[in-house]
Amino acid sequence: MSGILNSSIGRKFAMALSALFLMIFLLQHFVINFSSVISADAFNNMSHFMGTNWLIQYVMQPVLILGVIFHFVMGFVLEIKNKKARNISYAKNNGGANSSWMSRNMIYSGLFILIFLVIHFIDFWIPEINTKYIQGDMSGLLPNGEYRYYEELVHKFAPIWRVALYCLGFVFLSLHLLHGFMSAFQSVGANNKYTQGLKGFGKAYAIIIPLGFIVIALFHHFNH
Amino acid sequence: MNLTLKIWRQKNANDKGKMVDYPISDISPDMSFLEMLDVLNEQLINKGEEPVAFDHDCREGICGMCSLYINGEAHGPDRGVTTCQLHMRMFKDGDTIYIEPFRAAAFPVIKDLVVDRSAFDRIQHAGGFISVNTSGNTIDANAIPVNKHDADDAFAAATCIGCGACVASCKNSSAMLFVGAKVSQFALLPQGQVEATDRVLNMVKQMDEEGFGNCTNTGACEVECPKGISLENIARMNREYLKASLKG
Ligand code: HEM
Ligand code: SF4
Ligand code: FES
Repeated sequence: MSGILNSSIGRKFAMALSALFLMIFLLQHFVINFSSVISADAFNNMSHFMGTNWLIQYVMQPVLILGVIFHFVMGFVLEIKNKKARNISYAKNNGGANSSWMSRNMIYSGLFILIFLVIHFIDFWIPEINTKYIQGDMSGLLPNGEYRYYEELVHKFAPIWRVALYCLGFVFLSLHLLHGFMSAFQSVGANNKYTQGLKGFGKAYAIIIPLGFIVIALFHHFNH
Repeated sequence: MNLTLKIWRQKNANDKGKMVDYPISDISPDMSFLEMLDVLNEQLINKGEEPVAFDHDCREGICGMCSLYINGEAHGPDRGVTTCQLHMRMFKDGDTIYIEPFRAAAFPVIKDLVVDRSAFDRIQHAGGFISVNTSGNTIDANAIPVNKHDADDAFAAATCIGCGACVASCKNSSAMLFVGAKVSQFALLPQGQVEATDRVLNMVKQMDEEGFGNCTNTGACEVECPKGISLENIARMNREYLKASLKG
């Protein structure tokens, strides 16, 4: 087991594990967010649970943050190594003849997701940490006694620039996942009789989830 | 056909090298790509110029010696063929054709279009073999029953000719299709089990030391491979590697 991160396949494996974890997280995040379109109460209750449960806050949240950091740092490391593996580039290269645009540009779709994540953290995560752990208000309530989560969400999606930026971020996430979903399975060595079926599922995941997030953002922008 | 060739010329490993234009005329569409280059070289020699150095041997798609990155693809635009099997009918009269060496830090250029692919040999030496008694008491391979599926997959993996098109096509210059094939052809057979753990660890280690990149599963290698080696072999190598790392 020693030094597995020093080998090409070990790094790929770790990259894929972090990616699989992020895709599971994304699904969970999507389900909770989508509830805001259906019922403000459901969204408030789930948000309050997620925001105050110790297992989520003190175990899963740090794991998630480390997972994201590992994923993009390793993404950059691999990109630099791979660039170095070809010291002179081709005068003419026809990449489109043998591979998808998404697969060749994971670093660029990833980079845009990273920019989005920074903004997303400033928008939601930092205020949340500030309210709960700096101001010490764990009640999750507004002065009027109602839960604050739904109100805050709606408020955030009022400015059109933020909605546009989020939509663009999800377009890049979709491009990232259109290649990434199946790629992660290949990296962990899963290429078998289920692969064809999984391909369809992966495409659906990569389109439906980001599209769903876009619908949520647009819904709150135009509905209030 | 009349064509314009843009060919990478480089005197030796230390020369910087550059693309040079060569107009060529009266090429028959029935010629192979290498025959077309033979015609060019004949003309260059007659003019007293240095002919273009390129690799070839069998000229029938089995040795893996011919290479060339033609119009942005390893072994040119055709599928399932090596450059020696590529015909000029794949091009049109008046075309401009870019001809470059396979590019990878692990495949340094020796001269013009000739690159040093001995990194592949060193990977093979690191583990691409099995230990069998060949000193008079060899055992008939057919004495050991092998599942038909496994036998077919092992045979398919063994058709890899070590040409390096996978590396040349890969945006990461990764050698994982080649190594995946070489690991798989033994991992699938009972004869390969004895050294299975060391084989995959040592071959991957050598592959990394040679400076090949990391696979990102773009699938370009599989498309450009003249022998249709499947990505399943990379997945199998990944599994074998993980299994071996947990053991070793
Ligand atoms: C934070 C910014 C991000 C960056 C900079 C980034 C970068 C990258 C890069 C460069 C790769 C290709 C690496 C390789 O194949 O070796 C990759 C793969 C992948 N990424 Fe990301 N990514 C980011 C965020 C995300 C997110 C949020 C998700 C999912 C929710 C995700 C899912 C994936 C998947 C599934 C793969 C394929 C893994 C594999 O091939 O084994 N990425 N990422
Ligand atoms: S895997 Fe295919 S492209 Fe790569 S060396 Fe073998 S035959 Fe050539
Ligand atoms: S010269 Fe032998 S494969 Fe082309």
